[in-house]
Amino acid sequence: MKKIFLIYVSLFLIIHLAGGQDNISPAPPQTKDILIKNGTLHVGNGQVLNNSSILVKNGKIAAIGNDLKNDNARVIDATGKQVYPALIAAATIIGLREITGSVRGTNDYRELGELNPNVRSIVSYNTDSKIINVLRSNGILIANIIPQGSLLMGTSSVVQFDAWNWEDAAYKMDAGIHINFPGLLMRSRRFRQNSATGDQQKEAMDKVEMLRNFFKEAKAYLAEKNHVATNLKFEAVKGLYDKSQKLYIHCDIVKEMLVAIDFAKTFGFDVVIVGGSESWRIADLLKQNGIAVILQQLHALPTLDDDDVDQPFKTPYLLKKAGVLFCLNDDDGNTTGRNLAFNAGTAAAYGLNKEEALQAITLDAAKILGIADKTGSLETGKDANIVISTGDILDMESSVITHAFIQGREINLVDKHKQLNEKYERKYGIQ
Amino acid sequence: MKKIINFIMLALGIFLQGNAQVTNPVNGVADNRSGYYIFTGATIITQAGTQLNNASLLIKEGKIMDVGSQVKIPADAIVVDCKGKYIYPSFIDLFSDYGMEALNPTQRGFNYGAPTQFTSSKAGPYNWNQSIKPEVNAVETFSVNADKAAQLRQSGFGVVNTIQKDGIARGTSALVALANKKENLVIIKDKASAEYSFNKGTSTQSYPTSLMGSIALLRQTFLDANWYKNLPASKKNEEGLNLSLQAWNDHLQLPQIFDASDKWNCLRADKIGDEFGVSFILKAGGNEYQRMAEMKASQAAFILPLNFPQAMDVEDPNEERFVALAELKHWDMAPTNPSAFEKAGILFCITPDGLKDAKSFFSNLRKALDNGLSEDMALNALTRIPAQLLNAYNEIGSIAAGKYANFIITDGPVFSDKTNILQNWVLGEQYSDGPNELNEVSGKYQVNVPGKTFMLDVKNNNSANIISKDTLAAKFKFSNTLVSLQFSESKRSRSGYRLSGAAWGTKWTGTGTDSSGKTFSWTAEYTGPLQEIADTSQKKKMLSSSKLTYPNMAYGWQTLPQPEDILIKNATLWTNENEGVLQQTDIFIKNGKIAAIGKHLPAGNAKQIDATGMHVTPGIIDEHSHIAAAAINEGGQSVTSEVRIADVINPDDINIYRQLSGGVTTSHILHGSANTIGGQTQLIKLRWGQDAEGLKFKGADPFIKFALGENVKRTTSQNNNRFPDTRMGVQQVQMDAFTRAKDYETALKGPNGKWVRPDLELDALVEIMNGKRFITCHSYVQSEIVETMRIAEKFGFKINTFTHILEGYKVADKLKAHGANASTFSDWWAYKMEVQDAIPYNAGIMHKAGLNVAINSDDAEMARRLNQEAAKIIKYSGITEEEALKMVTLNPAKMLHIDKQVGSLKVGKDADIVIWNNNPLSIYAVAQTTIVDGVIYFNRQNDLLERASIEKERTRLVHKMLQEKKSGSPTMPAMPSYREMNVCSDHFHQHGLLIEDVE
Repeated sequence: MKKIFLIYVSLFLIIHLAGGQDNISPAPPQTKDILIKNGTLHVGNGQVLNNSSILVKNGKIAAIGNDLKNDNARVIDATGKQVYPALIAAATIIGLREITGSVRGTNDYRELGELNPNVRSIVSYNTDSKIINVLRSNGILIANIIPQGSLLMGTSSVVQFDAWNWEDAAYKMDAGIHINFPGLLMRSRRFRQNSATGDQQKEAMDKVEMLRNFFKEAKAYLAEKNHVATNLKFEAVKGLYDKSQKLYIHCDIVKEMLVAIDFAKTFGFDVVIVGGSESWRIADLLKQNGIAVILQQLHALPTLDDDDVDQPFKTPYLLKKAGVLFCLNDDDGNTTGRNLAFNAGTAAAYGLNKEEALQAITLDAAKILGIADKTGSLETGKDANIVISTGDILDMESSVITHAFIQGREINLVDKHKQLNEKYERKYGIQ
Repeated sequence: MKKIINFIMLALGIFLQGNAQVTNPVNGVADNRSGYYIFTGATIITQAGTQLNNASLLIKEGKIMDVGSQVKIPADAIVVDCKGKYIYPSFIDLFSDYGMEALNPTQRGFNYGAPTQFTSSKAGPYNWNQSIKPEVNAVETFSVNADKAAQLRQSGFGVVNTIQKDGIARGTSALVALANKKENLVIIKDKASAEYSFNKGTSTQSYPTSLMGSIALLRQTFLDANWYKNLPASKKNEEGLNLSLQAWNDHLQLPQIFDASDKWNCLRADKIGDEFGVSFILKAGGNEYQRMAEMKASQAAFILPLNFPQAMDVEDPNEERFVALAELKHWDMAPTNPSAFEKAGILFCITPDGLKDAKSFFSNLRKALDNGLSEDMALNALTRIPAQLLNAYNEIGSIAAGKYANFIITDGPVFSDKTNILQNWVLGEQYSDGPNELNEVSGKYQVNVPGKTFMLDVKNNNSANIISKDTLAAKFKFSNTLVSLQFSESKRSRSGYRLSGAAWGTKWTGTGTDSSGKTFSWTAEYTGPLQEIADTSQKKKMLSSSKLTYPNMAYGWQTLPQPEDILIKNATLWTNENEGVLQQTDIFIKNGKIAAIGKHLPAGNAKQIDATGMHVTPGIIDEHSHIAAAAINEGGQSVTSEVRIADVINPDDINIYRQLSGGVTTSHILHGSANTIGGQTQLIKLRWGQDAEGLKFKGADPFIKFALGENVKRTTSQNNNRFPDTRMGVQQVQMDAFTRAKDYETALKGPNGKWVRPDLELDALVEIMNGKRFITCHSYVQSEIVETMRIAEKFGFKINTFTHILEGYKVADKLKAHGANASTFSDWWAYKMEVQDAIPYNAGIMHKAGLNVAINSDDAEMARRLNQEAAKIIKYSGITEEEALKMVTLNPAKMLHIDKQVGSLKVGKDADIVIWNNNPLSIYAVAQTTIVDGVIYFNRQNDLLERASIEKERTRLVHKMLQEKKSGSPTMPAMPSYREMNVCSDHFHQHGLLIEDVE
């Protein structure tokens, strides 16, 4: 009887461990030097260094060169392999929602109310989300976690993907304030009844005015140190005025982007446009005004029947040509954003060169998120956030990630999907 | 003078003449009149093409007695002098809801959010479905509406065919005259036509939720009615009394009018008619000019609306941006619709239905005339043809002895823009509803006030100028012999006159006051006619100048492309056959087939494509798609095997073209996943530009969509009351459906088989059990997959394909044993509870376990990148490139039973071919040319030319719209051209700003 019980218990444990991923621990801090030898280094800034090595010391990239030696280091032979900076997901809700559709219990990403700059994504970021490990397996090691909402949505933080809890995960805390821009695109007949007065564009502009007033009042409030009544909402946007925070305006059409640029001018904020599917139409204006763009979804259909069939695919090329700072995101809720590299790959098929496409998910994403001093490229002094792939990371055929490092820690690339794969390969005897 | 007296009498006549029917009791003294009139000296157009000059029209007791130039004037007839006037038969509208109770606006009908309503909420022995109400007779609820009648009469109408426009079978209409009389006296035919539509209107019942369901319901009702009619007395109790079916049968001999209101819906309605031997008169939508060959082939008669779209306000380029060429072109071309029908020689009539404002009837009709409609045809379409279509030409539709005295008197040719309708006579009674009157005054008058005379130019009853130092507009009104006139002496003068008086013949006299307050008498004398001033202000006609394309939108063809002999040279050929990948090889296409594969093939006269460095593959086949369909889900019931995607193919979906640009040549268009047993699917080839029939994949085995899990148990609904609510229930729905189908089949074969109600739903299930129809089953978790296979085995068939099947890897061995195919996503997961265990290794495991595996899209966007999706299986499971390519070509061909025609490069197979600029499994591969049946439907060079021509065409039409606004025509705001996208999985990525996901 006892025996049978034990069998049951061990059976349960095996299934449980293989089925879940609760045994995948964050890696301990780097203690031993690591030498990644003789790889093809894609720096992230457009450069490619053939047959080069990286020395990682104390979590940082200590040296890059052709003939680096370190007898104490753990050596990883990258001969014939491709070495990349960590991929960055610039606009996600990873850790705030576990299941995309209709399971309310897993939703922690959208708060009630219109003016929520004080709502911070970082405090509900769940480091144990099963999605995180799946993204790591595709080279995504850093993400910007954005709270959603109806207007002034909240404050985002950048996290790294190997942590015990959100405080460990924080990579750059509370660095972005996010606006869901009131839509100026006339809604379709089906949804027009949502408009209270019937004049949807005026209602939207009234909300914009409300935002303007909010920032005017916040500025006045912040000019005085002592307050009888503390206003948490105003306090939350303090960093916008000294540019320690950026203002991310989520919008798509030209009129909305023009108003966004006006915000940048009126208040002197650092403004980033998130979405920007129509940004190619005003690329020159964005360049002139120093507005950066996070393109939400490259794998999308053209806006209009009439548009070029490859329009979303070639939008990055058009922005690049105009000199706009942009990065690519993968907003796909059916795949939880695991295809970031392949969105970049498609951009490379339609105009960008491969290194430019890579830059759009590494260094330029880091620049936009304000973390380029720490990551985004393979350069000495930066955090050792590194991904090694057997082949071209942008091309799914060859994009197989063998190693990944966050701040010099080699992370465990096991994920739930690999575990289930192993389990069933065992079942069928597939090798 | 005589004229004026006549006028008074006529005006009084309206009120005095008997409004009573004979059976009505008289209160007071009887006052019967015969309504005996003769209209003399008129130009009478008795019917289109027949004009009598200086002719007379004699009417009595509401009927026409005589017409011609020799008509004798009876002594007891009232003479109406119509010199210089025109008389036409009044117009007839076959598609009206005049006199019907307005539909209650709070009665919105079916609500998606509400719990399912399974049966009709109408009490009584009627049909099970609330939208089938043939028992409703318009005549029973009809009531005369004086205001509406006046509006219609102003537009020249005298008779309308009216019905409540509500429901799929709407019952019978009434043909009524627009007279203000008791209802009994205005009805010309009480059951004039039977009417139908695809729109269930105010029905609160859930079924049908879709166009597909409406079509299936019509089909089933035709069958039900016939079955009901033939039931022997001993079997009558099976259905009991069904007044709806009884009425349906009774009305089949009436003219049948179908409210289709769209070009494709016209063809859909016509097809149902053909199936049951009914010729529908089709109420069109105004976009039929885009497919005239198909309209002609329908051999139907049409009712054409004049609802031409208004110009949009495109002054703001950022608003114009979102208006598609399709909408711009339709604005420009819609006024050519009637003339297109005339040119095609199709019988049609014209309706004012759908006009926002009755006044735009004539202005829109003139637009149609400007754009090529002939005046004779227009008149026929408003008089003779509608009368003939309702078998009422003996009573109405022309001016001829014995017909109703329904005619209009105008002051010029009826379609001229300067002409006014002066009187509209209905059933022998006169109505003057407009501002213009038969007895208009006009001419030069000399006005005499004490000490002064002025010249007055009278233009009509409401307008005159006073001529002294300046020519000044006077305030003038002439009505029923009373005159009033106010004017100033000159522009700056403060002194002026206010005069009031009466006309005694051509002399006017009365009293007046000047600015000093003095009162005096005045007179005015007619001195002669006004001088005609030639009108030089030529109003610019709005003529359409757009070229029709197929489809009539961006990337449409001016002429449909034809199959060519093509030699593709020196390519890397991915054959999917034993030969594998052939380097530097040629492939020859002839008559739409692959004619030869080899090195250095002779070109002959064939078109040559140098494919050096390029890759050639078979066209991609998408096993699971929802493009090119006007409806996807019939969610009203858990079993809807009677509905057919084939009925609702939409050839105007731009995604056909976009998918060609991604190398797709064949798509399996599936019903959605709203219910356990969904609808019949349709396989199409992406022959962009062809109509629905032209898109269909000929000769392919028929399939049907099943679904399991969260969608069919309606997880997202807060108030589901539709069985099933669990996977346990899903299994019972399947069990029950096939049990019923089995019993049905047995009963059909039994001794009383001919009395069994034909059931389209069960017919499809019987086909499945007999191996004549095949299932593709939306599925996710292992329990439901296994359960469904067991049900199939119990009833002796196989599940052909499990689609989605994201937990297929867990039961690959069982799938293999059953013999099912698997069609899945490469890497979707975590978008709902039931895909928690979805892994990107699924396809690889199933493939390695020996299953035939395909990768599908279920998504119009991803379908353009199915080669990339296949390549992901190389990444995750290490399969070979050739195996990966087969997952989007040969493998889906096998599971769709079309691998004899398509799926590989083999001599004799269809020439469905893609030329890529790179290894097709590489993310850098871009399709350059896509060929279907030997026809080049997509080509990058041609695509670039198209882009340029789209831009040019947009610029031209936008400029034209701007001109339209400048010229003062009313405009509407620029509306973004939203497009619907159907999906059956829950979708969580933005497809584009103007895409709306619909289920």
